[in-house]
Amino acid sequence: MPGMKDRVAIIGMGCSKFGERWDAGRADLLVESCSEAFEDAGVGSEDIQAAWLGVQNGPISGQILAMALKLDYIPISRVENFCATGTDALRNACFAVAAGAYDLVLVAGVEKLKDSPFTGLVGGGPAMIDTGVTPPVPPPVQFALAATRYAYHYGMTIDELKRGLARISVKNHHNGAMNPKAHFQREITLEQVLNAPLVAWPLGLFDCCGVSDGSAAAIIATPELAKNFKHKDDYLLVKGIGLAIGHGEGMLEDDFGFVSFPESVRAAQVAYEEAGIKEPFKEIDHAEVHDCFSITENIIYEDLGFCPRGKGKEYVESGVFDLDGELAVNPDGGLKCFGHPIGASGIRMIYEVYLQLQGRAGPRQRKNPTIGLTHNLGGRPGSFSCAVGIFGQKN
Amino acid sequence: MVGITSYGGYIPLWRLPKENIAREWGQPPVPGEKAVASFDEDSITMSVAAAIDCLDGLNRDQIDALFFASTTPPYAEKQAASVVAICADLRTDMLTADYGNSLRAGTIAMRAAVDAVKAGTAKRAMVTAADMRIGTPRSTFEQNLGDGAAALLFGDTDVIAEIEGYHTISSSIIDVWRAEGETKLSSWEERFVSEEGYLKVVREAVSACLDKCGLAPKDISKAAYYASDPRRHGQMARALGLDAKAQIQDPLFGTVGCTGTAHAMMLLVATLEEAKPGDRILVANYGDGVDAYVLRVTEQIEKVRDRRGIRGHLQAKRALPDYATYMQWRDLVEVQPTANRPPMLSPSASALQRERDSILRFHGVKCRSCGTVQYPKQRICTKCRSKDDFEDVTISDKKGKVFTYSMDYIAGSTDVPLVIAIVNFDGGGRALLELTDRDINEVKIDMPVEFSLRRLYTAGGIHNYFWKAIPLRA
Repeated sequence: MPGMKDRVAIIGMGCSKFGERWDAGRADLLVESCSEAFEDAGVGSEDIQAAWLGVQNGPISGQILAMALKLDYIPISRVENFCATGTDALRNACFAVAAGAYDLVLVAGVEKLKDSPFTGLVGGGPAMIDTGVTPPVPPPVQFALAATRYAYHYGMTIDELKRGLARISVKNHHNGAMNPKAHFQREITLEQVLNAPLVAWPLGLFDCCGVSDGSAAAIIATPELAKNFKHKDDYLLVKGIGLAIGHGEGMLEDDFGFVSFPESVRAAQVAYEEAGIKEPFKEIDHAEVHDCFSITENIIYEDLGFCPRGKGKEYVESGVFDLDGELAVNPDGGLKCFGHPIGASGIRMIYEVYLQLQGRAGPRQRKNPTIGLTHNLGGRPGSFSCAVGIFGQKN
Repeated sequence: MVGITSYGGYIPLWRLPKENIAREWGQPPVPGEKAVASFDEDSITMSVAAAIDCLDGLNRDQIDALFFASTTPPYAEKQAASVVAICADLRTDMLTADYGNSLRAGTIAMRAAVDAVKAGTAKRAMVTAADMRIGTPRSTFEQNLGDGAAALLFGDTDVIAEIEGYHTISSSIIDVWRAEGETKLSSWEERFVSEEGYLKVVREAVSACLDKCGLAPKDISKAAYYASDPRRHGQMARALGLDAKAQIQDPLFGTVGCTGTAHAMMLLVATLEEAKPGDRILVANYGDGVDAYVLRVTEQIEKVRDRRGIRGHLQAKRALPDYATYMQWRDLVEVQPTANRPPMLSPSASALQRERDSILRFHGVKCRSCGTVQYPKQRICTKCRSKDDFEDVTISDKKGKVFTYSMDYIAGSTDVPLVIAIVNFDGGGRALLELTDRDINEVKIDMPVEFSLRRLYTAGGIHNYFWKAIPLRA
């Protein structure tokens, strides 16, 4: 099977300010991110031949993108795949370009969550029975189920687990404090995390990402065409993308352990194989992963092969995942500092990889990065949509 | 001879000490406690619990009729008995009927069940009685009322208590009532209610019943009879010429309270639990008249000893944290939710109907190809991908273990935190369920649980029933 490697180029990207954007609706956020992407690529909206819009929670159809940018009757597909929406939108755009159907396309992700009156995110993974009998299980509870089991499975006390998880939140805030686009731009301490009020035991306030608005966008072209635009020397190449969709195994089968998410494992396997990655910890320079909750990031380390099973806490506490460690995880601050405007997150992750590989990450810059990974996960433990992308540049 | 073939009972876990009520209103302390149904219980859920207790070890396909009795049914127009029947996993080709509106509804339904068996309409007919009556705050009703349920099975084979005698009186007296649209009870002047109503008519009916059987009060081993409160109950014992120490079944006023329609039947269940072959039981129930029964216990009683009944439920109990919780649970006060969450939407009736096996019967399936049990019912097996090759599995009477759990502090639910658990069923399969009747300090992985039908919420005028997990009740 041919795969995606080196057949698709990202020639421009943009990212809005993420946060409680009382000043911006969906259209405003899209104009913000897409304008930056057009400017960055050196293209105009009239050059776009097709578009993919990732938005999870909001109006259906791609019309809101056309309306925001006044696109000229081009084909626009609205993509939704829970929290993997952003990466899946990009994945679909890549197929079109790799297939030769289009030369120059736009991918945008957007979410406007702060117009809601409710505390926290509404809705959760797909219910096993769709009649309102499944208990309301919002995301903090879903992932807390994995936290409780993880401590039990690996013989930790809840306090021991919470210390390791707190280290993850502290790391991400340290990175986000250096990111002008992040919602939260301040450091926090281990004590603040451990003493924070409970949201869904055992997870507390600082184990959870916030509810935010935001948008991010990418301009995608064939590598041949990429030579004609602003980033002709340092455009990104897609090395591999995997997408794995769960079928509810964890909700149906009583031996599913809740300490690993197979969707991450399988999506990563496909991406690694496409990209030719054999030793992820060694070959990947930095990774933007789906830290909706601290426990999620901890499990992701293990599912992506960044560390052995059960060693997430040990590894993060040793500093190897810090900004200046061997494999920086969430160098931009992650979902923890950006919040999770669902449709935008996957593309925001790629935006950081894009900046890193082009040497434009400012105070967050890694030395000589070659390969970056993004990991984007949505649904609930037991049944997820997970997308993993691997990006590099031409050699 | 037609009679009782099995029995079951249910008392909610929660107790409100009566001194807590008295203290709220600046009244002198009152001894004892009352049983309070949880915010997620009602007369249907309690009837299901009593019915399943009654059916322990029995073939549920044998039940030909189910009569539901209550003065507090969840719907004004929609049969409760059919809901109890499906949740108790009974057949659909059977007679279901609601008996209501009177404290005597349960014993009237008993008459109907006996007659159904005699007439050949049913070989096995069940009666469930449950009530959740509310007294106005600061009333004596508030002190005296409690919540609970009982279930009796009738037939003409393997009878554990035969019906020897029966007498009934109808009375149109206005003594205690509740008008349409009201949630709380009304009562006429207290002495009229007890003298002209209760004491007079029960004495008359019991006397006539004993005469018919050629019996005297001394021939009664135990008397299980309704009263609104302990004082009237004691008065009646004297009026009937019964020995208060030897012949009276504990009326449960200090431990449960007066449970309305369920009361006389719950006392009968408590009596049967301790009865010996040959015992004669007098049952008297009052409400718009009287039903009086005399029952004779047979040798078969020894074969039906392992129900939770009343005794088992009395043992497992927990105190409500405070009177404010009681007020909230009974909607006597409006409270601010702890978090702003979207309102529950009315469930789709067509979806509920299609999924009723999984939702109400609590059926999962077992794959015939690979043996994997999965819940809810599936078309394609999760392990081997076989299509439509399953047999049904009933989960409701199984036990389970908590595999993992979380406690949600921002659910905006009535119980805070809302405890959510992945429960693995004994025998295979699992489900994500709410844990209710719980102490959050006791919840842990591998905790054994059982399943209880509860009302999740009401929206669009539809009560949404489903199963929750509860810690094993002793």
